[in-house]
Amino acid sequence: MAFYRPAAYQKPVAIALVIGLLALPTALTGLGQEFYIGFATRVLIFALAASSLNLLLGFGGMFSLGHAAFFGVGAYTAAICQQAGINEALIAFPLAMAFAGIFALAVGAISLRTRGVYFIMITLAFTQMAYYLAVSARSWGGDDGLPLVGRMTLAGISLADDTYFYFAAFFGLTVAMLFFSRLADARFGRVIQAIRENETRMEALGYPVFRYRLICFALGGALAGLAGALLANLTGLASPNLLLWTQSGTLLVMVIIGGVGYLYGGAVGALILLCLEEVLVGFTPHWHIALGLILLGVVLFAPKGVAALFGKKHG
Amino acid sequence: MTQLFLEQALNGLQFGLMLFLLAAGLTLVFGIMDCINLAHGSLYMVGAYFVAAATQAADSFWIGLGAGVAGAAVLGLLLELSLFRQLYKRDHLSQVLATFALILIANEAVRVIWGAQPVMLNPPDALAGPVEIGDFFYPAYRLVIIAFGLAVAGLLYLLVAKSRVGMWVRAGASNREMTEALGINVRALFTAVFVFGTALCALAGGLLGPLLAVQVGMGESVLILAFVVIIIGGIGSIRGALVGSLIVGSVDTLGRALLPTLLRALLPADAASTLGPALASILIYLLMAGILFFKPQGLFPARA
Amino acid sequence: MAEALLEVRQLSRRFAAVDALKDVNFSVDAGEVHALIGPNGAGKTTFIHHVSGALQPDSGSVHFAGRDVTSLAMHSRVAAGMARSYQITNVFLGLSALDNVALAVQGRQDAGTSFRFWKPVRREAALFEEARDYLAQVGLEHRVDTVAGNLAHGEQRALELAMALATQPKMLLLDEPMAGTGPEESARMVELIEHLARHVTILLVEHDMAAVFRLADRISVLVNGQLICTGEPEAVRANPEVRRAYLGDHL
Repeated sequence: MAFYRPAAYQKPVAIALVIGLLALPTALTGLGQEFYIGFATRVLIFALAASSLNLLLGFGGMFSLGHAAFFGVGAYTAAICQQAGINEALIAFPLAMAFAGIFALAVGAISLRTRGVYFIMITLAFTQMAYYLAVSARSWGGDDGLPLVGRMTLAGISLADDTYFYFAAFFGLTVAMLFFSRLADARFGRVIQAIRENETRMEALGYPVFRYRLICFALGGALAGLAGALLANLTGLASPNLLLWTQSGTLLVMVIIGGVGYLYGGAVGALILLCLEEVLVGFTPHWHIALGLILLGVVLFAPKGVAALFGKKHG
Repeated sequence: MTQLFLEQALNGLQFGLMLFLLAAGLTLVFGIMDCINLAHGSLYMVGAYFVAAATQAADSFWIGLGAGVAGAAVLGLLLELSLFRQLYKRDHLSQVLATFALILIANEAVRVIWGAQPVMLNPPDALAGPVEIGDFFYPAYRLVIIAFGLAVAGLLYLLVAKSRVGMWVRAGASNREMTEALGINVRALFTAVFVFGTALCALAGGLLGPLLAVQVGMGESVLILAFVVIIIGGIGSIRGALVGSLIVGSVDTLGRALLPTLLRALLPADAASTLGPALASILIYLLMAGILFFKPQGLFPARA
Repeated sequence: MAEALLEVRQLSRRFAAVDALKDVNFSVDAGEVHALIGPNGAGKTTFIHHVSGALQPDSGSVHFAGRDVTSLAMHSRVAAGMARSYQITNVFLGLSALDNVALAVQGRQDAGTSFRFWKPVRREAALFEEARDYLAQVGLEHRVDTVAGNLAHGEQRALELAMALATQPKMLLLDEPMAGTGPEESARMVELIEHLARHVTILLVEHDMAAVFRLADRISVLVNGQLICTGEPEAVRANPEVRRAYLGDHL
């Protein structure tokens, strides 16, 4: 292992990406493909969610199958905020992050005492608990979920317009990725990467390993909460299905396809998986079989993920 | 009230024993092969479908059950030889990804073959009615399930605790290298354990089929309950799986049946009606969290 | 007599039905080099684990720098001034020597309370400056940028020492620093420890008796989980019980 370190080309690539993504809605409108603005927004939101999982998994070495819970808590917080009359994203989204982060703290406080297969199963079980809680909460819509009457406003500007909402999601993802890239290269990032490699050694250097892990876990949870709040706004519904553990599986698949421990692994994976879905659905309603076979192929033949095909691993 | 309690206690026992059939195979696969298998629930689902299909073809539940379980065991054998064998030495990430892929494939394949509607599976006619126990009636079929579960649990206990193969299995769960060093054919042992685990969970699927709907996705929620069982009981421990199953089965069943009533006695009506179902549905997870807090390795850790 | 820096009182620990440690009373005075020796399987490693906080005793207590640290986690003991090196080299093999030591410096500076998320570590010149100093102290100044995995075995052991020093310990707990080193490397390691001993108290666990008798101010002997004697090297060498335990080897 070596520490994550931004590659020389990272800055120009990031700037090009930002410009490209900023121009995307105009380009799509020009081509008469406005429909794809919504799809692009979805990709951005899942890129954020998958990246937040990558922070835990790829950098912190915490193999959680409970990420859907934090995603879902974010979505429900947004919907509940609106129900309570808070329609401003600048208030609702930070609240979504806070609640998801606090929930992650609680889950992490118990599950991070364990390792390996145990940790995977426990995070999974807590997700299921959150799911049942959502399904049985009648005032939050129970099985049907809690709908949003319309999209929120951001600093007073309505996000009802798909293009505006696209920019809001883009802004969220950009800020999160900037934070993620700085964190990975800062003191905190070095510590969690070193803990991933050898936690006993870090303990012997005086690091409170549990505390670092827990904070990383909660940060990932909070970012997933932001993604959830955005998704609830996109689809107009905080659905209990967001809390299903299979959603955790989907996010995990994204990170693995994109490359665990690569800064852009989550984003690349989200793009690939959602595009794959879009294409496969066009061919067959049973596209899950195709996806499953592709995933099996990835495990057996490209175990390091797609991003690994492109360059040296930093993380 | 006592009748309700007795009935629910029996239901809990029956549910717990079925969970044990699921968890027993899973805990051995985890414990011995250090392999996480998310698709165990899918094998349970496929087992239930096999039993339903075979029952329809043979027009006999018992023949259908036998044939379905055998079919699932063959499927388990094929999966072990083609895929799982390669996964044991891989990291957990690959195992989760591969078995998640299996879930996607299994769910969709079942949908293609049997359709999206639940399939009906009827218990044998002779067992369809209730029987009288003391002064209350209880479905005969459920009693048969309990008997089945107890018999399998007893058999498994004898097998694991007394037989030579069982000794290897226990040795494998507590120290894999040692087992290999003793010259035991670990590869064949792994295959046998996996196939046996598949047969057990297919048996659970087939037995539960008449009580629950046989449908796509039935494996996933029950898989997580099996996980909770293993977490509580300790990975790799058959005894832990049995105790965990009975705890989870009875706490879940009794919680759902009695907790709302209990809360109504303690809390204002509207608070109770909101809180009751919610609390009942997460009761076992709270229990799990509590146990973990004091015993992070579960109640019966196989590895010291 | 100097005040005891480390004091272990009545420490006992059983594994299954075996007494791994039984009523061990042990102390290290500030400023001394105290060697712990004993035949294989005597419980030395178990003892070290209890001192460092990796294991908890069944009964008894560990006091360090005037406070009871028995219930403190390993990282808190490090913060209190107890650093350790490992019997088997335990450094981050993929990182450069400098990054390894910088991690140790950072661990001491942050002491688990400061979390910095934003500033790239590479720009923290002072951190690496200090790390270089520690590498120089163990004679690795010319290997700063070498990836630890590419260092020679003796150099990796020295790197461990540098990491331990970077935590600015009151006491260094050295678990077989000579293990696996050749004669030349051993000689260099002995010199290095001699040099370090001028600034820091050392608890040394070692099999190499030549090194032990050269370095130690006092020696304690652990046999079958019990401390059979403590004293100056000559007294220990003459002790008949010790001679019996070792069957005449080494001594």
